[in-house]
Amino acid sequence: MLSYALRRLAQGVLTLGVMSLLVFAGVYAIGNPVDILINPQADQAEIAQAVAQLGLDRPLWQQYWTFLSSAFSGDFGISFVTRAPAVALILERLPATLELALMAMLIAVVLGIPLGLLAGLKPQSWAGRAIMAGSILGFSLPSFWVGLMLIMVFSIQLGWLPTTGRGATVDVFGIPVSFLTADGLRHLLLPAVNLALFKLSLLIRLTRAGTREAMLQDYVRFARAKGVPESTVVRVHVLRNILIPVVTVAGLELGSLIAFAVVTETIFAWPGMGKLLIDSINVLDRPVIVAYLLIVVFLFIVINLLVDLLYAALDPRVRLEATR
Amino acid sequence: MNKKNFLISTLLVAVLYPLMPVAAADLRIGLSGEVTSLDPHYLAAQPNLTVGRHVFESLTDVDPQTKLIPGLAESWRAIDATTWEFKLRRGVKFHDGSNFTAEDAAFSLQRPLSIKGSPGGFASYVRAIETATVVDAHTLRIRTKYPYGALPEDINSILIVSKKHALNANPEDFDSGRALVGTGPYKFARYQRGDRLELTRNDLWWNRRPAWDRVTLRVIPSDPSRTAALLSGELDAIEHVPSADIKKLKQNNKLRVMQTTSWRTILLHLDQHRAQPPGVSSADGKPFTKNPFTDIRVRKALSMAINRDAIAQRVMEGLAVPAANIVSPGVFGHNAALKAETYDPTGARRLLAEAGYPNGFRVTLAGPNNRYINDEQVLQTVAQLLTRAGISTRVEAAPMSAYLGRVRKEETSFALLGWGSFAADLALRSLVATPTPDKGWGAWNWGRYSNPKVDALMTRALASVDRDQREVLAREANTLAMNDLAFIPLHHQVVSWAMRANLDYTPRTDEFTFAHHFSPK
Amino acid sequence: MSTASSPVRDLFSGFAGDRIAWFALWVLAALLFAALAAPWIAPQDPYDLAQLDILDSKLAPGAASASGATYWLGTDDQGRDMLSAILYGLRISIGVGMLSTVIALALGIIIGLAAARAGGWTETLIMRIVDLQLSFPAILIALILLALSGQGIDKIIIALVVVQWAYYARTVRGTALVELRKEYVEAAVCAGYGAARILFRHVLPNVLPSLSVIATVQIAQAIALEATLSFLGLGLPITEPSLGLLIANGYVHLLSGKYWISFFPGIALLATIVAINLAGDRLRDVLNPRLR
Repeated sequence: MLSYALRRLAQGVLTLGVMSLLVFAGVYAIGNPVDILINPQADQAEIAQAVAQLGLDRPLWQQYWTFLSSAFSGDFGISFVTRAPAVALILERLPATLELALMAMLIAVVLGIPLGLLAGLKPQSWAGRAIMAGSILGFSLPSFWVGLMLIMVFSIQLGWLPTTGRGATVDVFGIPVSFLTADGLRHLLLPAVNLALFKLSLLIRLTRAGTREAMLQDYVRFARAKGVPESTVVRVHVLRNILIPVVTVAGLELGSLIAFAVVTETIFAWPGMGKLLIDSINVLDRPVIVAYLLIVVFLFIVINLLVDLLYAALDPRVRLEATR
Repeated sequence: MNKKNFLISTLLVAVLYPLMPVAAADLRIGLSGEVTSLDPHYLAAQPNLTVGRHVFESLTDVDPQTKLIPGLAESWRAIDATTWEFKLRRGVKFHDGSNFTAEDAAFSLQRPLSIKGSPGGFASYVRAIETATVVDAHTLRIRTKYPYGALPEDINSILIVSKKHALNANPEDFDSGRALVGTGPYKFARYQRGDRLELTRNDLWWNRRPAWDRVTLRVIPSDPSRTAALLSGELDAIEHVPSADIKKLKQNNKLRVMQTTSWRTILLHLDQHRAQPPGVSSADGKPFTKNPFTDIRVRKALSMAINRDAIAQRVMEGLAVPAANIVSPGVFGHNAALKAETYDPTGARRLLAEAGYPNGFRVTLAGPNNRYINDEQVLQTVAQLLTRAGISTRVEAAPMSAYLGRVRKEETSFALLGWGSFAADLALRSLVATPTPDKGWGAWNWGRYSNPKVDALMTRALASVDRDQREVLAREANTLAMNDLAFIPLHHQVVSWAMRANLDYTPRTDEFTFAHHFSPK
Repeated sequence: MSTASSPVRDLFSGFAGDRIAWFALWVLAALLFAALAAPWIAPQDPYDLAQLDILDSKLAPGAASASGATYWLGTDDQGRDMLSAILYGLRISIGVGMLSTVIALALGIIIGLAAARAGGWTETLIMRIVDLQLSFPAILIALILLALSGQGIDKIIIALVVVQWAYYARTVRGTALVELRKEYVEAAVCAGYGAARILFRHVLPNVLPSLSVIATVQIAQAIALEATLSFLGLGLPITEPSLGLLIANGYVHLLSGKYWISFFPGIALLATIVAINLAGDRLRDVLNPRLR
C-alpha cells in the first residue's frame, strides 16, 4: 500500500517535470511577454533592461535550469504582470474554483443518481425515456452555449439570479468561501449548474447502465423472485453495485471539472484559477502558466490516488498493485 | 472566530442580505480590463492606471478632451529650454492626513526607475528628466536632459505617491492597501485580485466632492457578461460597451449610453523597407523584385479601396470615425483639414494599373483578434474590400500575444495596429519616425517608413517648450506623414459607456473610467 | 469467426427496432450529405472574400441581398450568408471531428496492438503514458497544445488526435491481450502465420465493435471540443469558420437580438452531436446484446 502510493508519487513528480519543460519551451516559442506589456514609449535600452531583468535574454535551458533550481526550494517564480509569487496567485484563486467544481459535482450526484436509477429501473417508461433523451442533450450541448442561455433566461429575462461574478464570502479557517451566504449561493447557482450539466448526464447514464446491469444479475433476480420488496432490492443490491463505479467516476471527473471550469469561469467572470490561466496565456505570463499546470497536475495526482484508495476501501476485491 | 459566532454571523448575513438596501450613494462600475497590480508605478497598462487614478493624482491632469489641465500642480512653465518649474497645489492632504509636498512629487518622479523586473514600467515617461529639485514645499524644478516640450504630457502618467508610505514599499504593500495612500478622490477599502476593488470617498479631497460614498470597481473582461451585468441591475455603469449591444442599450429607457471619439487610431502599417516583403506576391503568385508598397500610388490605391464608412457603420456599428490623421479630432496636433479618403474602387484599380499592377497583386493582412474593438471583423472587411478592388488579400488574425511575436520577428508586411496618444508629435515619434533604437524612435514603425522631413519637423516639435509653436510643428509633421501615407489610417475608435438612466458621465477621449466623474442626473 | 454480413444485418435490424435511433441515423446522413455537398448546394462560397459584401452584414433571416438573392437564414457580421456558412461550417466541424478520430483510431490501434504484442518493458512504458494521459481532461491538454502552437486547422486536428489516441490504445490493447490468449490465435501461430497478420486479421476484427462505439461518441466529443476551443479563441481562424466559431462569432450579437448569427449554427451543431450520440447509444445497445 505504502510502496504503491510512493511509486505513484514518484511517477507524479516525473510527470510534473516533463509537463513543466514542455510548457516552458512552448511559451518561450510563442513570444516575449515584454513585446505585449512594454510601455509603448520605451526605447531600446528600456526594452533590453526589462528583458534582462526578467531573465528572458538568457538561453532557454538556462532559464529552465534557474526555474528548476528555485522550484526545488519551493519558489515557482514571480508573475511578470503582478510581481506576486505565481503560486500565491493561483492558490488565491483555488478556493473559488474548488467551490464551483464541488458544487457542480454535488448537483450532478444529487440529481444524477436518482434520475439514472429511475431510468435504469423503468427504461421503457416515458420518464425513463425522457431522462435519457435529456441526458443525451446534456451530453451534446456545448457548455459555453448553455452558459450564455442560462444568463439570458435566468438573469436577464427573469431577473432571478445575478449574471456574473462571485458573491459575498465568509472566511472558514481563513479560506474565503461564498456558499455560506445567500448572496454567494445566488451567484454560485448558475455557473455550478452550467458546469454540472455534462457530469449530470454522465452520471445518469452511468447509473442507468449500472442499474440495468445489476437488475440482470442472478442475485437480484433471485431476491426479486423470493419476493423481497423492490425498494429493498434497489437499496441493498442495486445501489451497492453501482456505488463503486459512481464514486470512481465522480472522483476522477472532479479533476475534469476543475479543468472545464476554464470555460465556465470565462463566461461567468468567476474569479477562479481557470480564468487566471486564460488571462495569463493572453499576456504570456509564463510563471503563472507553468505554476497553474504544476498545481493542476499535482491536484490530479492527489485526486487519482485518493480515488484509488477509496476504491480499494469500497471494494475488497481490488488490491492495489504496483502494476496493473 | 469561535464556532457559535461564526454560525450566527453567517445566518445573519444569509437572512439580512437580501433586505439590505443598496445605499443611494453607492456606485458599481464594470471595467473591461484585468487589473494586474495596484502599484501605480509597476505596469503601465490602462486598467492599472484607471484604478490608480481613483486613489492617486498626477502633477498635470487631462480633461475629457485630452487637454492638459492643472492637477496637483497648479501651474507650470518652462524657465528655459531645459528647465521647468511646477507650482504645486497648497493644502492638499494624503489619505492619512499628512500634507502633500514637493518631496512626494520628486520621490514619485524618481520611483519608476527603481522598480525592477517589470515587463512594462513607467521609466519611459521620466526618461527625459535629468533632475527633479525641491525648491520649496510647493515648488518643484525639473531639469531635462535635452529640450523637451512633451514633459507635461509624459509626467501625466506618473501618479504621485506618499513618500512616507511608498519609500520601501513593494507591489504587495500596494495590493494589500498598506502603501496605497494617495491624494485622490477615493481611499482603499478592499481588493480582491481579478474580481473587484472597493473604495470609499476621501472627504479630505481638495477638488469637487464626488457624489459616491462607496465605489466598487468590478473587473469583467467578457463583453456579453459585462453588458448582462448592467442589464440585470448588478452594475450601475460599464465601460467599453460591446458594439453589438449599443443599439439595444440605447433603446432601453432605463439606461443611457454616452460616447465620444477615442484617442485610439486604428491603422495599417505597410512594409516600405524590404525588397521582397513576406506575404506579398504578384497576382499569379510570383515574388516581386521591387516592393510595391514603396510606390505612393499603390499606397494611395489601397487606401482608396477601403470603404471606411461601411466599416464605421456596419462593422463597428457606429463605434468608429473614418480617419485621416495620426491622432483623433481635438487632440494636440490634429489637422482638421485632412479628410478621410473617399471610397473609390475604380479609382484604386486605375492607380494600380498606372503603377504597373493592372492585375493587382496578393497580400497577407495580419492583425490581432483580441485587442481592439471588432479587430478581427475589421481585418476581414478590409480584406474583402481590397479583394474586390483586385488586391487579393488573405487574413491572418492571432491573439495579440502571438501576433506581436510575429511582428517582432518581422514576419508581417501588412499589419494592423491601434495607437492612442494625446499629442501628434508623440505618436509620430513611435509610429512614423525612422527607427532609431537608442532614441526609442520608430519603435512601432513596423513598415520602417523613413522620411527625413517628417523626422526633422517632429524633432523640432518635441524640442519646443513653447506649446503653440510645438503644435504648429507637430501638425505640419502629421500632415506631411499623412499625405505621404506613411501608414494607412483606418478609423478612430469611438469609446462608450452605458449606465443607469439617472446617471451622468462626461465621456473621455482617453477612455478612462472615473467614478468621481459620474454624477446623479 | 462470424462472417461479415450477419453483424451488419444485425446492426441494421437493431437500428430499425428503435425509431429514435433510426431517425437519428437519417438526420446524420442528411447532415453528412450537406457537409459533403456544401460547395455545390451552398448559395455562396463564404471563403471567397470577393463574394461577400459588408453592406449585407447582419441581415435578418429572409432578407434580400443587394444583388437580389435571399438570405434564408440571415447574414453574419461580414455579410456572409448564414446558410452557406453553416453548410461549410458543418463540413469543417464534421471533417475535423472525423479526421481527427480516424487518425487517432489508427494511431491507437497500432500502438495498442504493438503494446499487446511486444509486452514487457515496451508495453509498460506505453501503458504508463496512456494512463497518464487519460488522467488529464482532454480540454486541458488541447487548451495548452493550442495555446502553444497557435491557431490553424492542422493544429486543432493534431490537438484532437493527441487527446483521443489513448482511449483506443487502451481498449485495443485490453481486448488484444484477451484475444491473444485464445485458441484460434495459437492455431494461427501453429499454422505459421506472422505476428502482424495475426494481429490485423484475427485480433483486430474482434476489437472493432467496441472501438466503433467509442469512436462514434468520440467524434461527437471532438466536434464539441473543437467548438469550445474555437469559442475560447484557440481553435480555428475566423476565415474558415467551423460551427463552433460561428456560434462564438454570433455570441456577442445575442443580447442585441440578432439571434440568427449564433442560433442557427448552434442548432446545426446540436443536431450533429445529438444525432451522433443517439446513433452511438443505439450502437452500444445493439453490440451489447446482454442489455437488450
